[in-house]
Amino acid sequence: MKFLFKTDYEDDIRLFPHSGYLWTYGTLLVLIAAAPFVLSSYLISQLVFVSIYAIVGVALLILTGFTGQASLGHAAFLAIGAYTTAYLQQFGVPFPVYFLTAGLLTGIIGAIVGFPALRLHGIYLVIATISFALIVEEILARWESVTHGNEGLRVKTIQMLGTTVPRDSAGFYYLCMGVLIVVILGAINLLRSPTGRAFVAIRDSETAAKSMGINVSLYKVKSFAISAAITGLAGCLFAHKLTFISPEMFTLQLSIEFIMVILIGGAFSLHGAVLGAIFIVMVDPFLTFLKDDIPGAIANFSMLMGAGAERAAAIEKSTAAVASANGLKGAIYGFLIMAFILFEPLGLYGRWLKIKLFFQLFPLYKRATFKRQKIYVKSERNR
Amino acid sequence: MSYFRAENLSLHFGGLKAVDSVNFAMEKGEILSIIGPNGAGKSSIFNLISRLYDPTSGRLFFEDQEITHEPPYSIAKLGIARTFQNIELFENASVLNNLLVGRHRHCTSSLWQEILYMPSVRRDEKIHRHKVEQVIEFLDLEPYRDRVISGLPYGVRKVVELARALCTEPKLILLDEPSSGLNVEETTDMSFWIRDMKSELGITVLMVEHDMSLVSRVSDRVIALNYGKVLAMGQPAEVQSHPDVVAAYLGA
Ligand SMILES: Nc1ncnc2c1ncn2[C@@H]1O[C@H](COP(=O)(O)OP(=O)(O)OP(=O)(O)O)[C@@H](O)[C@H]1O
Ligand SMILES: [Mg+2]
Repeated sequence: MKFLFKTDYEDDIRLFPHSGYLWTYGTLLVLIAAAPFVLSSYLISQLVFVSIYAIVGVALLILTGFTGQASLGHAAFLAIGAYTTAYLQQFGVPFPVYFLTAGLLTGIIGAIVGFPALRLHGIYLVIATISFALIVEEILARWESVTHGNEGLRVKTIQMLGTTVPRDSAGFYYLCMGVLIVVILGAINLLRSPTGRAFVAIRDSETAAKSMGINVSLYKVKSFAISAAITGLAGCLFAHKLTFISPEMFTLQLSIEFIMVILIGGAFSLHGAVLGAIFIVMVDPFLTFLKDDIPGAIANFSMLMGAGAERAAAIEKSTAAVASANGLKGAIYGFLIMAFILFEPLGLYGRWLKIKLFFQLFPLYKRATFKRQKIYVKSERNR
Repeated sequence: MSYFRAENLSLHFGGLKAVDSVNFAMEKGEILSIIGPNGAGKSSIFNLISRLYDPTSGRLFFEDQEITHEPPYSIAKLGIARTFQNIELFENASVLNNLLVGRHRHCTSSLWQEILYMPSVRRDEKIHRHKVEQVIEFLDLEPYRDRVISGLPYGVRKVVELARALCTEPKLILLDEPSSGLNVEETTDMSFWIRDMKSELGITVLMVEHDMSLVSRVSDRVIALNYGKVLAMGQPAEVQSHPDVVAAYLGA
C-alpha cells in the first residue's frame, strides 16, 4: 500500500498529485509520439478518429457528466465546426484562423441553444437537443448557396507554415493528438476552478447551487457554449480527416455514438472520454474482422469437428449473413449501453479504478467497497 | 431601522395560505427561532427569504435594502446563507469541494484565467482553501475532508451543510431544523456552534427548530407560527407558555 502525506494546499491543486502520475503520463506521451514510426497507417488513421471522438467526449463530459445537462445534439455542433471549415477555406482563410473560428462560432451557437434549454430537464432536454440537431441537418441540406445541400462540400488539405498536412500524414496525427492534449489540459483546469465546481453543484442540486450564489442559468449557458466550442474544434479536424462532408454524415447515430463514448468510458472522469473513444472507434475494425475472418474460421472449425464440406459452407454462409447484417452495429451499441448502465455505471474508467484498488489493497479488498456508490448511481441517474 | 425585516409577507398556494401577513424584524447579532407545528409555513418563510419562492404580497428588507425582487443567487452575494430541512448537498462531490462551492460568492476569476489556470487563480484557490480550512476546524470536520458526500452518515452531512453555509462568510444565516435527525450529543454540539456563530463570528441567526430545549438554550427571541400566521413573539419561555401556542401544539 502507498500513503500520501499532504503538507501544503498546493498538494490538492497540482496537476499531477504525485510523481507516479508524471511517470505514467510521460510514458503515454512518448508512446503517442512514437506511434507513427511503429504502427500501420491504418491504425494511425484509427487513432486520429480516436482523438477526434475523445475531444467530443471531453466536450460532452463537461456538459453531461459535470453539469448534468444531457445532449443528443452534438453531431450538429460537430457539423457546424466542419461546415465553417469548408466554407471559410473557399476564401483562402489560413488554417489557424478558420480552426479557431470554427470553435468560436460553434460556441456562440451552443450558447444560443443553451437559452431555451434552461427550463428543460432530463428527457425533455434530450428531446430538445435532438430537435436542434434535426433542424441543423435540415438547414445543411437546404441552404445550398453555402452548404451545396446534399451534394456536400470538399475540404482542402491543411496548408500551414508553407507545407501541406495531408489527412493520412504523421503531421495530421500529431496535430489531432496535440489538440486533444490541449483540450484535456484546459478541461482539467476548468474543472478544478470555481466554474468547474459550479457545474458540479448545478448537476447535484440546482436549489443548493442557487442559494450558494451561483447564477444557474448563466453557468448552464456557459457549459453549453464551452462544450459546443470544443466540439466545433473537433468538427474542423473531422472535416479534414474525411476530406468531404455532407449532411448525412452528421445524423442522430453520430450523436448516440458520442453519448456512448462517455457512457462506456465513465461519465465522471476525463479518463473516461479517452477510454470510451478508443472503445467506440475500435468497434468498426472489430466488425470488419467479424465480417472477413469469423465465418471462414467457424466453417473450418466445423469441418474439423466432422461436418461435411456442404454443411460447413452452409454454416459459413449463415454466419456471414449475421456478421454483415444491417444494423448489427446498432444492435451491438444498444447491447453495450444496457450492459454498462446495468453492470458498470461508472464505465471502463470505474472498472480500471476497481482493478487498481484491488492490487493496492491486496489482500484486503472487499467486494462491498463500491456497492453503495453503485446503488447511488443507479437510483439517481434517471431523475 | 432593523437589520432584517419582513413586512406583511404572504405566500399562497391556490387557496392554501402557507404564509399569511407575517411581520417580524431582527436586530444584528440576534438569534431568532421560528417554532410551530408541521405545515405551519416555517420552511416557506425561508424559501421566500432565499427567493426560491415569489411572495404573493409583502416585502423583505436586509441592511435597509429591499431584497423582495432580487434573483436567488444574489441573496447569497448580499450575505444571506442557508441550510435545508432535507439536506441539499452536492452528493457526488467531496466534502472539500462542497465547501469550496460555498466560496463561490467570493470568486472573481474569469473563464479564460481559469482555463489557463493563471497564477491569480492559483493564489485565489489557496485563499479559499485557507478559509475553508478555518470552517473545517471550527466544526471539527477534519476526518471527512476528502470523503464523498454520498458515503457519509446523516449527522455528518448536517454539519457539512452548516459548514458550506459558513464558507460563504454570511452576515445572516438561515438554519432549517439544524438538529433534526441528530442524536443528543450531536445536538449539544450544534447548540454550541450556533452560539459561537453569534459570539465569535458575529453572525445573525434565523432558525427553524422543533427541539424546544435547543430553542430555549440558544434563542434570544422566538416566533410561534401556525397556519401561516404569527401566534406569539417574545422571550422563549414566554412564547412556549402562551395559551395560543400550547393550543396549537395540542391540536386544539
Ligand atoms: N410548493 C408547494 N406547493 C403547494 N403547497 C406547498 C408547497 N410548499 C409548501 N406547501 C404547503 O405550505 C404549507 C407550509 O409548508 P412548510 O413547508 O412551510 O411547512 P413547515 O412549517 O416547514 O412544516 P414542517 O415542520 O413539516 O417542515 C404546507 O401545508 C405545505 O403543504
Ligand atoms: Mg419545514
